[in-house]
Amino acid sequence: MSSDNKAQIAVDKFLQFTDGEVASFFEACVHCGECAEACHFYMATKDPKYTPTYKLFPMVKAYKREKAPLHSIRKMFGLLPPAVTEDELREWETLVYDSCTMCGRCTMVCPMGIDIAGTIRKMREGYAAADIVPDGLKRSVDFVEKTGSPMGVTSKALLAQVKHQEKETGIKIEVDKQGADYMAILSSMEIMGYPEIIGAYAKIFQKAGVSWTISSKAYEATNVGVQIGSGPLAKEIVTRVVDAAEELGVKYVISPECGHAYGAIRWAGPNMVGRPFKFEVVHIIELLDQLRRDGKIPAGAKDGRKMTLHDPCQIIRRGGLLKEPRRLLDESCADFVEMENAGLGNLCCGGGGGVSANPRAAELQNAAFGCKADQLNAIDGLEAVVVPCANCRTVFEEGLEEREIYNLEVLGLGELVAETLKDIEQAEG
Amino acid sequence: MGFVGFVEGPLFYIAAAIFALAAAWRVFGLIRMGRKPDISPPKGSATAGFIKGNLRHFLPRGMFARRTWIHIVGGYAFHLGLFVLFFFGAFHIDFIKQYLGISWTPLPRWGFILASEIAFAGLIVLWVRRFSDPVMRLISDRDDHIGTWLTFLVMLTGCLALQQSHEVLRGIHMLFVDIWLIYFPFSRLMHAFTFVLSRGHTGATYGRKGMNP
Repeated sequence: MSSDNKAQIAVDKFLQFTDGEVASFFEACVHCGECAEACHFYMATKDPKYTPTYKLFPMVKAYKREKAPLHSIRKMFGLLPPAVTEDELREWETLVYDSCTMCGRCTMVCPMGIDIAGTIRKMREGYAAADIVPDGLKRSVDFVEKTGSPMGVTSKALLAQVKHQEKETGIKIEVDKQGADYMAILSSMEIMGYPEIIGAYAKIFQKAGVSWTISSKAYEATNVGVQIGSGPLAKEIVTRVVDAAEELGVKYVISPECGHAYGAIRWAGPNMVGRPFKFEVVHIIELLDQLRRDGKIPAGAKDGRKMTLHDPCQIIRRGGLLKEPRRLLDESCADFVEMENAGLGNLCCGGGGGVSANPRAAELQNAAFGCKADQLNAIDGLEAVVVPCANCRTVFEEGLEEREIYNLEVLGLGELVAETLKDIEQAEG
Repeated sequence: MGFVGFVEGPLFYIAAAIFALAAAWRVFGLIRMGRKPDISPPKGSATAGFIKGNLRHFLPRGMFARRTWIHIVGGYAFHLGLFVLFFFGAFHIDFIKQYLGISWTPLPRWGFILASEIAFAGLIVLWVRRFSDPVMRLISDRDDHIGTWLTFLVMLTGCLALQQSHEVLRGIHMLFVDIWLIYFPFSRLMHAFTFVLSRGHTGATYGRKGMNP
């Protein structure tokens, strides 16, 4: 690919993804810079280049030059911006991939309501098409192509973890069960880093009398295609899950405690595949909340530790599941306290949107996590933080380790619910 | 035809026509670009989200107020002041009546002056911030500055013409109004119309998700 070609390929994709929605964002931005004040990368560094709207500049430039209404009149007066070059794209690469987690907090402060996060996702399509992407994400793509998982987790590794959890819980976990009601998908990070979540599912679903399974063909929820900005790859990953779920005849697919995986399959999925699914997608937090409200998983003794909740951006702010985790926590935790600006205004952990898979961004990610650490430190006597996203959880663990904070446990919501279930004797008594 | 006659007559007609046609062309161009239908099962209404998104972003959020208060104060002062002085200034209402035949009750003179002062103060705050704040300096371009200066000059010459003591001062005001009208649809001043689409699209997306942040 020659230099001109790369720039042209990227620009063509930028223009392809600039529909009426994106164009209205570009037309409405008044360069007020308020979005900087909502961005954890700017807050942590005070470097103006991390201003969210600035990250979009090459795409805006391409739009103004080639697609904006009245651009031909501007051209007559020599008022068009110059063409986007490969050098420029490379200069912006770190802004597009390393310093945006697509958390969407900037949309909340924007007087024009511009969805910068969603537009960065589309801008990455141009970068991926031109092959101007970070090496770390490229490696994840290679793993996905070889094994289906960005961390190279094979079905054998999954089955080994399932067996281990069967031993731990004493509950049989049926893999590839035809006609089950629910099919759970997991993130690689959960399978390898936090496999106890599989045991937690087993305990909860047994208690609730839920028929569920895991597919040995499509167990991976992480969608690296969404992170890197490759529509075809994102579609392939979603299609794998859709095919397996429809083959098993399940009624629901459970999206796991993983932020962007939920958006990828629940909201973007049917649009990528081009048809509605024959099953419903439900987030594990939604399902647990529903089961609890139906009285199928009554809460037992509460965890007495002082706890707070981290709101994963793609599940809460961009996913809409605001009340569900709080209702679950209220019944599982005796001393629950909210962080400052909790809920829709939460601060991102700093590692979403593929940033944590990009070693080049490690230092910046850690700096951005500093904003989150400040929020945690502001709560006196905090003993644990519930983080219902495996990726955020890893970022938390690394960030706390970096700051030598060892007295704060990081745990998933599913595990907490499983640990605080009313046991059968209690329930019957 | 004298200078005043020209800027209030033929030039104004041309400027107003360019403004109306080019602004409409730009807005319809955006609408015509369209958006693929979303086939994911909705949890809420996109239409309600479109409306909510538009209303919600009129109000600043408390959590960001400490970090963005200068903009909030400057932005509200300028836009509200401009709205009031434009639509409720006696001279503007007379002008509109002359062309469109409709009129309404104007503000008393003191109210008009107060609204103008507030609008000036807001515009100056926003302009000073544009060249003094590192973030705004980085992201601002020629269009931002031209738009600010033209608006400032329209307001300033409007103040000079307020006494109606010299016809030529009113002519200078109208000249800047004409230039402003011609520049408007080709510039970022168009945000006065495009904000509805921008807020609405985001609101609709979130509305389908059953929420509106």
